Amino acid sequence: MPVLPAIQARSEIQRPVSNTFILLSVLAALFLNGLPWEGIWLMLRPDFVAMVLLYWCMHKPWRLGIGLSWAVGIFADVADASLFGQHALAYTVLAFGGVVLNHRLQMFDLRQQTIQVAGILALTYAVYALVHWQVSGYVVWLYFLGCLTSTLLWAPLSMMFQAMRQKRVDRE
Amino acid sequence: MVRLVFFAVFSLLLLFVDARYRYLESARSALSILVSPIQRLATLPGAAWQLVGDFYITQSRQHSLLMENEELHRQHQLDAAQLLQLQTMQAENQQLRNLVELPLRNEFTAQLVEIAYAERDVFKRRILVSKGGNGNMLVGQVVMDDTGIVGQITRVYPWLSEVTLITEKDHAVPVQVLRNGLRAIVFGAGDTSQLSLRYTPISADVQVDDILVTSGIDGVYPPGIPVAKVITVERDPAYPFAHVTCLPVAGVDKHRHLMVLSKMPKLPERPLEKPALAGTDKRAKTGRRN
Repeated sequence: MPVLPAIQARSEIQRPVSNTFILLSVLAALFLNGLPWEGIWLMLRPDFVAMVLLYWCMHKPWRLGIGLSWAVGIFADVADASLFGQHALAYTVLAFGGVVLNHRLQMFDLRQQTIQVAGILALTYAVYALVHWQVSGYVVWLYFLGCLTSTLLWAPLSMMFQAMRQKRVDRE
Repeated sequence: MVRLVFFAVFSLLLLFVDARYRYLESARSALSILVSPIQRLATLPGAAWQLVGDFYITQSRQHSLLMENEELHRQHQLDAAQLLQLQTMQAENQQLRNLVELPLRNEFTAQLVEIAYAERDVFKRRILVSKGGNGNMLVGQVVMDDTGIVGQITRVYPWLSEVTLITEKDHAVPVQVLRNGLRAIVFGAGDTSQLSLRYTPISADVQVDDILVTSGIDGVYPPGIPVAKVITVERDPAYPFAHVTCLPVAGVDKHRHLMVLSKMPKLPERPLEKPALAGTDKRAKTGRRN
């Protein structure tokens, strides 16, 4: 299976990206999370916001890092009417994982990245569920299905973003 | 690493403040103004789908609509007759109540609202309706549909209000069994189709198909509105309480329009229980006398 060679990953990480693109991707993710998902689809819904934040934290940690992830988390809290800080805390942990992974990104191909991403996402979901458990005293285990679908989304998402950034660079 | 700790601690602080004291509601409603355009945008695909469905119905089922219209017309006439009867009975009831000097049952007015979005959180049973502080919504108002109680308003934004459904886990409604007036409390089970009657003794007279109506005892829900219907009663001698499950009468997860009742008048405050304080008072008094 042909995967992203390390040298290409290095060139990708150094490629420029505009702030507008980052902002639009986060807004799009908030939009996708806000679609009227219901029942089992809600459980299966990948957390688009988390995925996009993780992508930028891994590739451009000095542009979208822990602080901005936290701020997006606050917005997610308002949008979901969850407690203030619930998403924010989870996304802070997520962003930290992403930033740590940034240093190692050049060594990994897409498949190895997916395994790392699965770990970070599991931690993020666990933090969110833990807070909920502390406040309300129960956990919906099906919630962790979203962690699985989010992980599966990693490869298509990073390939898509890479292609979009490629196009922008070509135009410039 | 430092930043991780800083933001994590800050989040935990916010969580604590929000969970315990609810000081942050104004900040929340301010931020919700920024978020609501995205939320509105996200409802568009669903709304478009509804529009297509409506169009299809009007095109293909004109005949059945005509039939339905006729049926509704007939039903309306029937209802009108019954309404007249109800009015005379209401007048009679009022007179009787005046005679025995009971406080009148509180009249309440209703406001129509539309469901804006269902909650997107797996853990919660809540919906958002499209009227908020600007439409005179208040926290604590009761939400119902044409058949029974749906929930109550728990948070008010400028243009939206959040409704906690009666099926939300551990949400309690004080009820009475319509058949014999037995008082009980019905709890949500975190599932859209179930409620449970907790703390009913094994010997309690609850039967399958009993209708539960609000008792109006806590002052939140007006009395006499249907809440649920009993579907199973299990009496296991090993437990002190019977295991009673009920089905909500209202379509808690069905309609697009709901009614919001105006706030109930406040009950007189519950007397404080301070036996220890009273004791010290007495001692102080005797001390002064000496």
